[in-house]
This record gives sequence, C-alpha cells and structure tokens, in this order.
Amino acid sequence: MSAGVVVASPLAAAFARAKAKGSRALVCYLVAGDPDLDASLRLHERLICAGADVVELGLPFSDPIADGPVLQAAALRALQGGMTVARALELASRMRGAVPMVAMGYYNPILAFGLDRFAEQAAAAGLVGAIIPDLPHEEAQSLRSALEKNALDWIPLVAPTTSPERLVAVTAGARGFVYYVSVTGVTGARTALPPQLAERLAQVRKISPAPVAVGFGVSTPAQAAALAPLADGVVVGSALVQRFHALGAGAEALDECETFVRELKAALSISPRSIFPDR
Amino acid sequence: MTQTWPDAHGRFGAFGGRFVPETLIPALDELAFAFAQAWRDEKFRAELDDLRRNYAGRATPLYFARRLSAELGGARVYLKREDLCHTGAHKINNVLGQALLARRMGKPRVIAETGAGQHGVATATACALMGLRCEVYMGAEDVRRQHLNVVRMRLLGARVHAVEAGSRTLKDAMNEAIRDWVTNVHDTYYCIGSAAGPHPYPFIVRELQKIIGEEIRAQSLAIEGRLPDAVLACVGGGSNAIGACYAFLEDRGVRLIGVEAAGDGISTGRHGASLAKGKPGVLHGSMSYVLQTSDGQIAEAYSISAGLDYPGVGPELSYLKEMGRLELASATDDDAVAAFSRLAKTEGILAALESAHAVAHALKLAPTLSSDRLVVVNLSGRGDKDVETLATRLLSESA
Repeated sequence: MSAGVVVASPLAAAFARAKAKGSRALVCYLVAGDPDLDASLRLHERLICAGADVVELGLPFSDPIADGPVLQAAALRALQGGMTVARALELASRMRGAVPMVAMGYYNPILAFGLDRFAEQAAAAGLVGAIIPDLPHEEAQSLRSALEKNALDWIPLVAPTTSPERLVAVTAGARGFVYYVSVTGVTGARTALPPQLAERLAQVRKISPAPVAVGFGVSTPAQAAALAPLADGVVVGSALVQRFHALGAGAEALDECETFVRELKAALSISPRSIFPDR
Repeated sequence: MTQTWPDAHGRFGAFGGRFVPETLIPALDELAFAFAQAWRDEKFRAELDDLRRNYAGRATPLYFARRLSAELGGARVYLKREDLCHTGAHKINNVLGQALLARRMGKPRVIAETGAGQHGVATATACALMGLRCEVYMGAEDVRRQHLNVVRMRLLGARVHAVEAGSRTLKDAMNEAIRDWVTNVHDTYYCIGSAAGPHPYPFIVRELQKIIGEEIRAQSLAIEGRLPDAVLACVGGGSNAIGACYAFLEDRGVRLIGVEAAGDGISTGRHGASLAKGKPGVLHGSMSYVLQTSDGQIAEAYSISAGLDYPGVGPELSYLKEMGRLELASATDDDAVAAFSRLAKTEGILAALESAHAVAHALKLAPTLSSDRLVVVNLSGRGDKDVETLATRLLSESA
C-alpha cells in the first residue's frame, strides 16, 4: 500500500453528492443473473437512468439465511441459470461506470473462490465494496484485509439488536457506508417500519464514521420519504426484484422498475430544490 | 491432549465460530453467558440430573449383544442403548438441558429444526413438560418419510412447519429455523439438535450429550474391567458421535470411529459423507466440513435415513477428523438396511436407520478383531419411525 495516500471512498462520495442535491442516496439491489445475464444488464441500465446512486449486485447462494422468500427465489433462478461468482464479476465489469457498485453475497461462495482472488477480481471489475450478511465483525478480519488491500470498502451491517458498545466496534473504520438493518428479520417488503427506527438511526449515525443507509423491508415511496430525514440513504431490494420478476423481466418489467425507482428517488428529496431535478 | 476447545470465539482449531447475521450475535452472547452460568449452578445441574434419571430413563444400559457377537466371530460387540431413552433417541439428553435453559432465560417460545423427527419429538416433549410453546421446522420430504414423528410432535402440542425450499430436508429446515430466530429473537429460544450451528451451540450440545460416553466409560470398566477398543457412532450433524466419543478423547487406546451415510455409494455423489467428501466451508453458522460444489454452493446430501441426510457436520468432529483422532467409515443405504435386519433378527432390536449405519460398520469391523476385543456401538435411536420406509422398501424388493 502506498504510504499516506487515502483514496476517498466512491461510495461515501455518492452519498455526499446525493446530499448536495438535497436528496438521500438510493441504493438499488439486483441479483446477478436473475433470470439471466442480459436481463441483469438491462435492469442495471434502467436503475441508473432512474436515479439510483449506488447499485448492490447480489451474488446468489443456495442457502441464503438472511433472505425472505422473494430473494430466495431470485437466487434460485440465478443459480439455475448457471450464475457463479466468476460470472457475476464478469457481469459487474460490463456494468461498470455510471455509479458505484458493491457486491452483496454470502460468505461460502466467496471463501470457495478465495478471499484474495475475490478482492482482486472484484476491484478489477470495478466493484468498490462488499456486504456479507453472514459474516459478522468478529469473523470478518481476513476478508476485510483482502478488500482493503484492493481499496474496496467493507460495509458493516448493524442490527436493531446491536448494543451501543458493539456499534462502536462494528462501525470502526467503515468508509463507504454502514448498512442498518431496519428490523429483526429477513429481507422482504413490509407494510410498516418498526416504531423505534428514528431513535436507533439517530444513534447509529452519531457513532458511525461513514454514512448510514437503511434497508430490509423498504418497499414504497412513502416509506422512503419517511426515512429520508432519518438516514443518509435507503436500500431497496425485494420490492424491486419482485416487480421485475412478476412482470416477466422483459420490456414491461423494465419500464415498471424504472418508474418505481424514479418515484423512490423523488421521495428521498429533503429540500425544495428537488422539485427542479437537474437530470 | 488438553481439551481446551472451543476457545473464546467458539473455535475448534480452524473450525466453528459464528457466521450468522449481526442480529443474532447479541442473542448468541446472551445464550453463551446464560449457559455458562447455568452449567456452574448446582441447582440447574441437579434438576437436569433428576430429569435425566427419572424422566428420560438414564443411565441407559450398555448391552452385550451375545448372539450377534457369536455370529460375527470376532470382537465382543456392546450396544449403548440410547434407543431406550424416553422419546426413543439420544436427542432428549440435549433437549432437556436446553429447555431448562430456555425457561431459565425467560423465553416462552422454543423453535427447533428436525431431520428424522427425533429432535423435533424430543423438543416437543420437553416443551410440553416445561410449559413452553414449541414450533418445529421440518423439510417436506422428511415430513413424508418420517410421518409418524410428525404425528407425535402434533400430539405433544407442537406446531410443525413443512419446509418446501431446496432439497426439502434437514438443511432447509435449519435455514428456515434460523430465519425464524432472526425474526423473533426477542422471545424465542432456538434449540439446535446437533453439535453444529454457531457458537455456543456446538459446545452446549456436546456438554449435554457427553454423558453418553461418560456412561459407556464407567459401564465398560464395571462390566469388562477395561475400556472399549473402539467406539462407533453414526455421523449426521454429529451430536450422538461427539456425545459417545468425548469422554474417550484422551484415551489413545480407544479408537473413535464416525460412520457417515454413503447413500447410494460414497463414489456416486449421492451420499451424506461430509467429513469424508466435503471441504471446509461455512454452513448454518459455523466453519466445518461441507458438501459443496466448486463454486461454493451447498450440495444436496442424500441418505435413506433422514437424520444423516445433511451436507454439513459439527465443527468439533471436523477438528477431530483433521487431528486424526476420529477415524472415518461409511455405510450405504443397503448396508444400513441389512444391518437393521440382522440386528432385529439376532437381538430383537429395531434400530433407527441412522444408528443402523454404525451397526453396519460394526458388522465389518468385529470379525477382523480377536475375541478379547471390545467394540461399542452407540445405538442412538430406535427404529419405530422407520418402519414405513422399510415396509415400502421391502414391498418394492418383493415386487
């Protein structure tokens, strides 16, 4: 590592850009290869057009213990289509450019791929960070060092059950963003957000050295609007994956997803400036 | 050998640890603390001891299989009769301890995963005894092939959720139980049935199952005046195997042999032999040997016995394998069915198909040893639950 040179995190920069425009960062999740590579490429393009600030590229796993039925089914479709870590990285390199992109996947496929090899190839493909829902702080050291060697951000997850003391340890050194899991539970759309969310987010933002994005269960523009004053960013996953799949992953699905993301992005504005979109 | 594992991070060498969502980490800390406290508490130990004795029926006999030994013409074969425990398997040893712990921790709701249904039945039983709500996750395929146990769980007041995901077996049931726990962690105790899962489960389950080996040790000394030459146990997740073997880890003269499910054959790819054929990886919260593809996707296991139909194995057995302390063997579906039959006809004992795998290996091993050698087979459960499976198989063979 070159001594003393700290490269700014492209993720933190994306959050800052959104804020400068009077908005919050919209993080959009898609599963690599659901249902195939072309569909993922086209969906990615439309997410960017619609105003996504960050993209999370899901690496499918056979046993996703943190995911609800929608993302379980999406992972299965992608795996049945032959998706692997190597192919997902290849896909990432074809998506690179417009907005920063992070990988989200379970630990075993990455472990099997090789931690250093994963970090090197992810960096080469243009990814800027990784989120691993089954790799808590205590077990993450090996992967974190591999990522850091390649200037990738480790994005820690924080849960409603995380104590204040633990929050300090878990978020220490975070650069890109911190992922706050809104509910105790698995991924999936929910009609209501938990009651103590505002309080918890305030606490996490006070402690975290990086911007805080909230995810798990965010599924409507109204929820996004409610979260905008409370967090630095919002992650939308299952609601998007579900729309795309339910409408057949073709032209209609792409249009619908683009509209949905535009609505979400509009809902995230926190100042009157956003009524004059500069895009 | 000093038995200082697991370490503070729940590691058995390179195995074990905690690979679960952040949401569960505080709950695992709470559980580790509560168990450590309870395990030092004489009142807790006394209550567990009373339940083991007067409710579960411990100590279980170490039975000399005279006719079988004579037929085999080699080592003297003893059976550790865990099949005589209340609910019909060793699973009750673990569950009584964990249900007491759940009650002590003030968790009114208990969830469990089950493969063969023995752990589910044991959990439903202990919950009924202690007035706790019980919900059991079971793969839909296992619900079919172990239907009798599903009925037993329902009769005991438990709710059984048939899991339709993946291979619809134990692996998928455990995924779903973990998802439930992540969602309901505030009031729910997750009672894991195997010496697997995130720390502290492999430790807790070993501590609660090690009584099997402690009894074998004392009984062997009392009956034969010496320790056995070999202890055999089937290995699925590994709770009966670690339970039977743990007391002997420092007795280098005692061979410890884990018998895995070879299914259709260990070279066919259709088996449950995670230790023999898996690679180190992460499944269900711990680092251990896992059957997986080259891309790190979890492979589907296969065995005629639902309790061995699992692509993972506990971290301590993974460690004992790596250290060379645990010898590995395997038995196919056919071997297990043949062993089941032979034991039934020579000794009048219907073994669980899981345990029949260990018996199958004893049938091979005993004749190679001299008659002054002692082989102990952990008969981890009884076979009533498998009668339907065997009946179907016998019918298709005679057709």
